[in-house]
Amino acid sequence: MASFKPTKVQTYPKLGEKVTEDALYWKNYKAPVQIKEFGAVTRIEFSPLPPHNYVVTASTRIQVYGPHSQEPLRSFTRFRDTAYGGSFRSDGKLLVAGSEEGIIRLFDISGRVALRQFAGHSKAVHVASFLSDGFRVVSGSDDLSCRMWDVASSTELSSYTEHTDYIRAAAISRLNPDLFITGSYDHTVKVFDARLGGSVMTLQHGHPVESVLLYPSEALLVSTGGRYVKVWDLLKGGQQLVSLKNHHKTVTCACLSTTDNRLLTGSLDRHVKVYNSSYKVVHSFDYAASILSLAVAPEDEVVAVGMTNGVLSVRHRKHSEDKQETVGRKRRGPAYRMFVKGKNYVPKQDDFVVSKTIKQHLQKYDKQLKSFQVSKALDTALQVNPDVTIAVMMELNRRGTLRNALAGRDEKSLTTLLQFLLKHITDSRFSRLLMMVADIIIELYYQVIPQAPIVERLLQRLMEVLGREAELQQELLQVLGVLDTLFASLTPRKEVMVPREERVTRNWLLERK
Amino acid sequence: MVEQTDIRVVRCGGSKICFSTPILTNDSRFLICASGDSVKVFSTRTEECVHVLHGHANQVTGVALNPANHLQVYSCSLDGTVRLWDFIDGILIKTFTVGYKISSIYVSNKHIGVIFIILPMQSNENGEHFQLVAVRLPSALEQELEARELSAVLSDVSPVPACTAFGQGGDYIASAKGLQLCVYFFRKQKTYRFKLKATDKKGARNAFTCVACHPKDDCIATGHQDGKIRLWRNFNQKKEYTYSTQHWHHNAVSALCFSPEGMHLLSGGVESVLVQWHCKEVNKKNFLPRLGGAIAHICVSPDGQMYSTSHTNNKITIISSFRVSAVIQGLVKGGSVQTDLMIDPRTKALVLNGKPGHLQFYSLERDKQLYSLDIVQQEYIYQAGLDQFEVVKAALDGTASWLATVEQRGSKISSLEFSLKLWSFNEKAQSFELNTTITAPHQNMITAMCFSPAMDTTMLVTVAKDDQFKVWLLGSDLDEQKKQASWSCEHLGSYHGLQPTNCCFSGDGSLLAVSFAEVVTLWSPDTWELLTTLCQPPGTIEDLCFGRLSCSKYLLGTTTKNLLCWNLLTCALEWSTSMDVCVLRTDPLSENVAAFCHNSGKTDLFVFRPSEPRPLFTQKAVCVGRVQRCIFVPREDPLDSCDEWSQWLNRSRLHFLTEQMELLTFSTRAEDERILNSRKELLVDDSVAMTPFYLLLGKHRQQQQEKQTSVPSQAADRAQLPQGCVAIRELLHTPAHVLPPASFLCSVFLNSLLISNTGGRDEKELPEQEVDSEKEEVDSEEEMEMNNGPQGVRTQGSVGEAPPSLSRAEEKELRRLRKTDFSWVTSLTSS
Repeated sequence: MASFKPTKVQTYPKLGEKVTEDALYWKNYKAPVQIKEFGAVTRIEFSPLPPHNYVVTASTRIQVYGPHSQEPLRSFTRFRDTAYGGSFRSDGKLLVAGSEEGIIRLFDISGRVALRQFAGHSKAVHVASFLSDGFRVVSGSDDLSCRMWDVASSTELSSYTEHTDYIRAAAISRLNPDLFITGSYDHTVKVFDARLGGSVMTLQHGHPVESVLLYPSEALLVSTGGRYVKVWDLLKGGQQLVSLKNHHKTVTCACLSTTDNRLLTGSLDRHVKVYNSSYKVVHSFDYAASILSLAVAPEDEVVAVGMTNGVLSVRHRKHSEDKQETVGRKRRGPAYRMFVKGKNYVPKQDDFVVSKTIKQHLQKYDKQLKSFQVSKALDTALQVNPDVTIAVMMELNRRGTLRNALAGRDEKSLTTLLQFLLKHITDSRFSRLLMMVADIIIELYYQVIPQAPIVERLLQRLMEVLGREAELQQELLQVLGVLDTLFASLTPRKEVMVPREERVTRNWLLERK
Repeated sequence: MVEQTDIRVVRCGGSKICFSTPILTNDSRFLICASGDSVKVFSTRTEECVHVLHGHANQVTGVALNPANHLQVYSCSLDGTVRLWDFIDGILIKTFTVGYKISSIYVSNKHIGVIFIILPMQSNENGEHFQLVAVRLPSALEQELEARELSAVLSDVSPVPACTAFGQGGDYIASAKGLQLCVYFFRKQKTYRFKLKATDKKGARNAFTCVACHPKDDCIATGHQDGKIRLWRNFNQKKEYTYSTQHWHHNAVSALCFSPEGMHLLSGGVESVLVQWHCKEVNKKNFLPRLGGAIAHICVSPDGQMYSTSHTNNKITIISSFRVSAVIQGLVKGGSVQTDLMIDPRTKALVLNGKPGHLQFYSLERDKQLYSLDIVQQEYIYQAGLDQFEVVKAALDGTASWLATVEQRGSKISSLEFSLKLWSFNEKAQSFELNTTITAPHQNMITAMCFSPAMDTTMLVTVAKDDQFKVWLLGSDLDEQKKQASWSCEHLGSYHGLQPTNCCFSGDGSLLAVSFAEVVTLWSPDTWELLTTLCQPPGTIEDLCFGRLSCSKYLLGTTTKNLLCWNLLTCALEWSTSMDVCVLRTDPLSENVAAFCHNSGKTDLFVFRPSEPRPLFTQKAVCVGRVQRCIFVPREDPLDSCDEWSQWLNRSRLHFLTEQMELLTFSTRAEDERILNSRKELLVDDSVAMTPFYLLLGKHRQQQQEKQTSVPSQAADRAQLPQGCVAIRELLHTPAHVLPPASFLCSVFLNSLLISNTGGRDEKELPEQEVDSEKEEVDSEEEMEMNNGPQGVRTQGSVGEAPPSLSRAEEKELRRLRKTDFSWVTSLTSS
């Protein structure tokens, strides 16, 4: 006696994009923590030293947050006007920031008052950064100049005025202390060598450059501006590698994740996009406002995003330990050990084994199908997800009892059935079966439909939906026809080979006689 | 023509075991059933076939236990004979020739020496009307007897065996036909007839389908066309009979049977549910559902402990204490084999579609179903006229690591549902596992499919009626968190909107041939480029195959009228011959091709090589009607026939299925002889269960018997070696309370030790030893006295001299000594 075979619920392939490993990795963040700042958050930078505090520049303040704190650990408020571009030295102890009034200030991370002030720029300084030797600061300003300052003497070492518009982006080389890169609104990115006293390379971005970024290998340079993100190969003399146009609005910031060097870009279109190594978007974060700044902590622990509305949004990475903890707290009831008690006992040689039949667990609709209660099975299946409903309908159709299951229903159960039809009848995977169901329903109930206004209304809606679908299909067929003619004119013709006249005919039956 | 005579067409297993009601023997150990033109005896416990009783020349139609001797069985056949067999030993005892086609047999305890059979009426020989006759069996001693003492009992009866039954110890016999029930009382010699109306207001269909009589009570149960069961009482008078009606079955009741004590009534039908009705409490029923296959017959063992149900899908289920205890499954043959015949290279089993939604693996050598693979994986509803999923196509790849199946439901395109499934072989579980399901792989039904034989790629080509062929490839990308590789469509090809009919890969997988109506197209599987087209009108190409090995440059095709052979090097037709080929198959191990040609109602076989002008073998009229399928089955051990006509059978056998779904094969004379020899060896039967007790005592008794008969066979002696060890182990491990007395065990124990010693000395000498052991046993007395002298000689010899210097006589002496030495010790132990 074979056991009852349960209804096979088909798994339909998920439509849309595939779930990749990257997507799973980037999805694995907790809900963002929102911190309200005083103005638009223009820059975020993580300290290179653990515990990887981060500095946030917003309005007239520069604030340092710990990785898990929602309150600033420290804040530098001695700015008369808006502060810009707060950034750490490579040892994480000093901090440099430009400002609207053109003065660059240098802070000790544990102090409060500026240690040095570099004055010389005539307009706002949007970027300031330490060179990798740690003794010099480079700054880019709206007065079209880019200057280098000595920290020890707080004097200006040199000034470069090669850009013809505001300088709004800078990146320094970590391998060479004399090398830095600036991006400007004059659509160019320039690579400067302090030893030569001028630019050594100029890259045409084509749009006002909002940010520049160097890969850790320093062979690749990323520049963002306009809707474009461009990647340049510096070792090939500044050849453009790719140009990405995945944002709808200006791309304001870019950063690299530390694992696998994934590129992240933030834009005014309120999205942060994550690219894989072949520069395909693998994931995208949505935010409430336009994004101005973006930073990722080492090991991708934290993704911090600053927005125009002054909100700093911080996402922390989920860890498996956290999950276990929550489960442990929630768990009630008997332990797993209790259920496996005695189940994994291996009988000894002289033990007498009494086998116990394992009871087959069936779903409720399967139980009803087993006892041929077709109407009830359909009712049960309608309460589960559509895949199951379709599977049960198919099973009923196969058994030839679909009509019986649909017949004899009251207004309420007919309404749920019709609502299901309305929702799924245009799905091409289900439509064939559901059309049949709809046919049967109309055939069964057409005499009594006028008595139930709700059912009548639903049927009218069904007709509308189907009419729209038919129109759509017709249009698609027209397009298909056009495409067919195009393809047919492209393919070369091949002729059927004409059989030759000479052939050898053998008749075995004759030969054998 | 003369040489051909030693190749003949033989039936090779797969005959129906559900043709007639089987019987269970008195001790419930054996089940006897008719199977084709032989009677088979199965063990109810092990499901193994114990004996095959050959002798009848036509279909056996019924079996019945001899009421006078419960170890004998009658069988009747369409060849007009009734035979009496001893089923324990498998011996034919007597043959009674009746001379008419017998369609069933009945016996009763009251009528010893008389059997009741159903024969066609002499008046019309075309077999429309039948009568029940009593045959008095002559009691002469000869083996072959003529039974001429016929006396008619009832005329115009149904030829269906289930429609007639003996009642209450043989007082009366009841028979139903159409709408009429006849009861004949032997004592009164009177017949009562009861009629039912064909239909009533509720549309009941009242025709009788089967009859059963209560063994202890005057009660007849009848089954009807609409699933009703009527219990008739008080039927020994014309007017005042009564009946009560029970209704559970929704379709015709096909089998009814009372338990021997009359407590229960068993019924079965197409629903595949065995229903047990309680005779005392009318409304109480027990069910045994999902037995797998419509029930055709039910039988109960004489002690009532065991039931057996025969199912139409060639299966017998044995039920003890209302639970399935054993299943005897034959080759399932539906109306047609929709999947092609295939050979599983692993098990050497024939693969074809079996019970609904399953693929069966059938061992040709053992004539037994190995297992059946559930393809559809849906609950099969046993209901007449229901259109359910069937496996319509199946293909195995070269190493049988992949299996592709197509299941289909509905025949019209609007209601057509079909899916392609791909199964991978799981080495650990030793069975096929579902890998990929593709629902609706084409717009219309698939007509052919084949795997690529190339080693490096796993590729499947399907050809469908939607004017396209599709190429499916096993995905190689294992990265994206998928554990298993799955199949996906690689290429979609079509040719001028013509409907493809068949497809075939060349032997090395470098070419794909797809036939589109009258045109054969050749494609390169690497680039999917159309290489060339071959065309030979008129007629649609039906079958396609490439030549093998040295003939691989040829492509063979069949149309309705012609057999065509193209040379692929010249891309031209090499030769053609006009014949109506039904099936074309190549032998995988040689260049041979078999073609079955339909010719005026008969089928002829041609075996040929594409390169040679003359066929290797032809046989006219191998069977009546068209051949459905055929297959070359590789042999385990090749024959070494050098005969020109039978050489093609050396590497593989050719099996084919006829229109009547008979599985036939070709056999040479040498093979027949070999089979005959092997059959004799097989007769050694161990029907006693292997219990620890048997190991200790049964073997001991056997040894004793062997000693008494003094024919110690070589095999028995050898077997004692491991057996001795087993005896010791069993002795130590068996609980003390089940052990026989120690005096018994002591000698067995010691014996086992001693024998293991002699056997351990050297195995090579054993055969010769046995030869003269007979002589030795006779004059062992004298040897005892002579013992001392020669023994001394022997020890000296073994130390000083090299063994070859011993003369033959001396050697003999030595062996004798060894033997006597041993028997002397055993005599001590047994005393």
